[in-house]
Amino acid sequence: MSKQHKEIHEPLFHIAKREALPFWLSWLIRIGAVAAALVACAAVTVLLTGENPIQVYATMIDGAIGTERRIWSLLQNTAMLLCISLAVTPAFKMKFWNIGAEGQVLMGGMATAACMILFGDKLSSPLLMIVMIVTSVLAGAVWSFIPAFFKANWNTNETLFTLMMNYIAMQIVSFFTYMWSVPKGSGQIGVINANTQAGWIPALGGKAYLLNIIIVAVLTAVMYIYLKYSKHGYEISVVGESENTARYIGINVKKVIMRTVLLSGALCGIAGLLLVSGTDHTITRNTVAGRGFTAIMVSWLAKFNPVYMILTSFLIVFLQKGATEISTIFGLNDSFSEIITGIIIFFIIGSEFFVNYTIKFREKEANK
Amino acid sequence: MLVAFIQRAIVQGIPLLFGSTGEIITEKSGNLNLGTAGVMYVGGISGVIGAFLYEGSVETVNPVLAVIIPILSCILGSLVMGLIYSFLTVTLRANQNVTGLALTTFGVGVGNFFGGSLIKLTESDLPSITLTQTSNCFKATLPFADKLGWFGDIFLSYSFLAYVAIAIALLAAFYFNRTRSGLSLRAVGENPATADAAGISVSKYKYLSTCVGSIIAGFGGLYYVMDYACGIWSNDAFGDRGWLAIALVIFAIWRPNVSIIGSIVFGGLLIIHNYIPGLSFSGQEILKMTPYVVTIIVLIIISMRQKRENQPPASLGLSYFREER
Amino acid sequence: MGTQAAIELRNITKTFGSVIANKDVSLTVNRGEILSVLGENGSGKTTLMNMISGIYFPDHGQIFIDGKEVVIRSPRDAFDYKIGMIHQHFKLVDVFSAAENIVLGLEEEGKFNVKQSAEKIRKISEQYGFDLDPKKKIYEMSVSEKQTVEIIKVLYRGADILILDEPTAVLTPQETQKLFAILRRMRDDGKAIIIITHKMQEVLSLSNRVAVLRKGEYIGTVETKDTSEAQLTEMMVGQKIDLNIERTEPKDPQARLEVKDISCVNREGIKLLDNVSFTARSGEILGIAGIAGSGQRELLESIAGLQHLNQGEILYHNPKTGKTDNLRDKTPIQIRDLGVRLSFVPEDRLGMGLVGNMDIVDNMMLRSYRRGKSAFLERKKPKDLARKIIEELNVVTPGENTPVRRLSGGNVQKVLVGREIASSPTVLMAAYPVRGLDINSSYMIYNLLNRQKESGVAVIFVGEDLDVLLELCDSIMVISSGRISGIVDARTATKEEIGLLMTKNSGGEGNE
Repeated sequence: MSKQHKEIHEPLFHIAKREALPFWLSWLIRIGAVAAALVACAAVTVLLTGENPIQVYATMIDGAIGTERRIWSLLQNTAMLLCISLAVTPAFKMKFWNIGAEGQVLMGGMATAACMILFGDKLSSPLLMIVMIVTSVLAGAVWSFIPAFFKANWNTNETLFTLMMNYIAMQIVSFFTYMWSVPKGSGQIGVINANTQAGWIPALGGKAYLLNIIIVAVLTAVMYIYLKYSKHGYEISVVGESENTARYIGINVKKVIMRTVLLSGALCGIAGLLLVSGTDHTITRNTVAGRGFTAIMVSWLAKFNPVYMILTSFLIVFLQKGATEISTIFGLNDSFSEIITGIIIFFIIGSEFFVNYTIKFREKEANK
Repeated sequence: MLVAFIQRAIVQGIPLLFGSTGEIITEKSGNLNLGTAGVMYVGGISGVIGAFLYEGSVETVNPVLAVIIPILSCILGSLVMGLIYSFLTVTLRANQNVTGLALTTFGVGVGNFFGGSLIKLTESDLPSITLTQTSNCFKATLPFADKLGWFGDIFLSYSFLAYVAIAIALLAAFYFNRTRSGLSLRAVGENPATADAAGISVSKYKYLSTCVGSIIAGFGGLYYVMDYACGIWSNDAFGDRGWLAIALVIFAIWRPNVSIIGSIVFGGLLIIHNYIPGLSFSGQEILKMTPYVVTIIVLIIISMRQKRENQPPASLGLSYFREER
Repeated sequence: MGTQAAIELRNITKTFGSVIANKDVSLTVNRGEILSVLGENGSGKTTLMNMISGIYFPDHGQIFIDGKEVVIRSPRDAFDYKIGMIHQHFKLVDVFSAAENIVLGLEEEGKFNVKQSAEKIRKISEQYGFDLDPKKKIYEMSVSEKQTVEIIKVLYRGADILILDEPTAVLTPQETQKLFAILRRMRDDGKAIIIITHKMQEVLSLSNRVAVLRKGEYIGTVETKDTSEAQLTEMMVGQKIDLNIERTEPKDPQARLEVKDISCVNREGIKLLDNVSFTARSGEILGIAGIAGSGQRELLESIAGLQHLNQGEILYHNPKTGKTDNLRDKTPIQIRDLGVRLSFVPEDRLGMGLVGNMDIVDNMMLRSYRRGKSAFLERKKPKDLARKIIEELNVVTPGENTPVRRLSGGNVQKVLVGREIASSPTVLMAAYPVRGLDINSSYMIYNLLNRQKESGVAVIFVGEDLDVLLELCDSIMVISSGRISGIVDARTATKEEIGLLMTKNSGGEGNE
């Protein structure tokens, strides 16, 4: 009888699903991931510049909050990213993978710009603002409704559909930028209503971006309440968790999908409005600058919780600003910040594994 | 003019063909890699870096090395991207959409960063790097192609990478349908639990197909720089071709052989505005959206028709964990 | 090798989180024998077999094949030891053909050639009398065809240790007999066969030895010829079977729900319900018996407004208004708006009845959240209800804010049944409400159903254990292949009678 074939190696470890971790521990893991990411980013920077890491961090912080202007810019950018993140959240919570925020925001911005150009000198300020709000909301909503309609009725893959819609939106914007370009044929619209400032979101107390930020802050609170305490929010959660259960209790799944995605699109439209009317005062096909995609990561990293989203969007914008500063100070390319953002997100999404799974090592059993 | 149009359409289509074949291989394993755009950037810039270093280190370039070095560096660059994606989504089971988008951010960043840095190194006035010597080696065509009239122009006038693209697409189609391992790969994408129970290593197939897919997609970037753009890298010039490649995957209903035709159609749609006389700039922009519109129409049709063979791989976008209860 | 056991398990333990699926299980199977692994639902049979076939990996314990200790890390390892498992839930790729599924993952000599494989499949089919078209796609197949594919898959690989997980659950009696004949032939070939089941009759007619599991623990192995149904039952449930469910006489039964000639088909055009008619009366428990998947789910879902019907009507006689409403093709909301108080405990608790990731309070709201005109949720009442259910039904949970996913099966069911009863229904439907529950929880559910009956509710109970059906219900309706094959008085009917009805019209004209 053959005994103890110890050349068979037992698997040293295997992966198992974890029991729910205590709240503080899961956040400790996430914070640890951010810290590790920062170390990795510093390492990359040091490798590329040869500066000492302390200097790198200092530059980063300086770039983000070094001057009052920078702080405002940081807050404004955070607000914009947060706004788009809020917009994508209801749909995502419902497991509707809308990666078309880029296009929906752009359409909202386009509608805003169109109103500013066409009615800038025809309508009074308050009326113009109302028209802008209505059209931008409609534009974003329509852009999200098309894929939602097909998803609800034929289960058409919404990820790929919304992705395509982004590029159609960009082409539409390109079309209009040629049509309305100033000077003719330049392909650029330039600052709209530079003299009259018609349709610009007014500066509050001399702070150009303050109103933007306040609007987004209000939206955050509203979205938090909507998702957590409203019947709609509850239905979104049920549909997202299990369509079968939703059917069982008589939720009209189609209706909820369409309603929620419309809401998502409408909010994207508002984001477009804030971008064009409140920040850029012009539009190009790159006005959204990838925020539609970054917002998805922000929302997902925050577990679709609007309050956590304040943190995650702040973190990402902070790093981007910091990295931009590093690249100017140390003579690197602007795209450095994209690399840094990429690395940070890799670390954070990687860390979720350690929140949800555990690695079990096989106990050595005493062989008799 | 028609011949010239077809020829340009094919040249436009080749990067897309590389990208979509790579993405199809990846998606067949159930991994929806939305990072393809980033992978193609990295493939392009890695080739550029390889070529740049080689051109700078020798007096006269050896045509064989001038081709091999960029190809190897392109493979290396795209492979790293594939590995990042696989590690996060397969080993760490991260959300594929989020990982893919982050990979695109990262990859485009890497491309533009190193591109920008190299441009700075050359101290040229133009915002681009020119690698004419390398490009000439890549663009070598058959010597008798131009003597065969329209036939030569349409079929034989391309550089070797174009034929490689078509060969890879055909090979991939053959692999999926006629080989044991292709069958296993499809099983992993359709139903990983079944594949696992059949003794197929799900992780291995996911890793391999994602990495191989990335390398192939990376070639798309390389072809674009070395051939289409005549060895000139300028930041963001590659544009949205990565996303177009993903669109092409749907258009081709996950079949690499269909994607050969599809890539030419897409290539044609991209440039057709140059061949319509009297078209305004704004009109051109409207025409440029046709590939995306066509893709959406295909997507809608396949979802309405519900034909089982034409659906995306059933587990596309989901990560697999064996002990899931 | 001689008398060496083909496979031996020693002290196998496996846990999922805090749930112990298997605890110190040891058993052996010899070549040339059929071993039945017997146990109630949830006794850990499938988990144990999954560890032999490499799907799960044990936390502790050893596995020996032909006397040598082995480590089975993956299904591939299992194949290498010639272990083949036929799962209860088929592991087939829908868009592949039968042949492609059979050769999947196999490393044969020579070139990949589907035709050649198809030839080999034909040979195996002929040898054992299977009827299978290798080119047919799985999504076009019936359930028994799929099982055939699974079995041929294992045979194709030359497995000599075969594990079958509840193979007869989806088969007609003829198909079952055919399968048993094949299994006996394999046994006589010298193969080791393990069959997981909870059907006593099959155990006794097929196997050489029987190993019994109870709640994840190994109870013992007996020779089939030396044992009896009573002994096995005792081993399985741990005490002599004496259900002793109290049953009161129905008081003033009145027709509450009248189902008339309803039929429905699935996407492929197969009839799932075929001219079903019956009446559920107030103050009575109507049992529904039948082989799993005979149309029970579709029947209940039709009544609940979740299934589109091709014909027939569902009439509800409202005791308050005296009105009669047709519920056919109404949505659950419309049904509720008619004033029909219908409660439904579906088979799929966490996938349909509850939301696993929500806490108990939010799950309580599923039925009631719409109440009131406010756009916002009102969590106070659901919270009180959650607390009441936790207390009254002894739900073991850290608190009412624990996601139900983290509760054990029995506690999940208590939460679900508690919620459905709380809306004081006039009709209560429960599908397999005790599946996977321990004895105590099961009795609690029986009692709850009886209380409902006594208060005048028309209860419809879909069950699988005939003993329970016979002791709990007032009448039993038997469903077979979507048709009603008989309605019997539960006080006088016998198990044999019901067993016969269960398989009555399933021959030939049934599914196809």
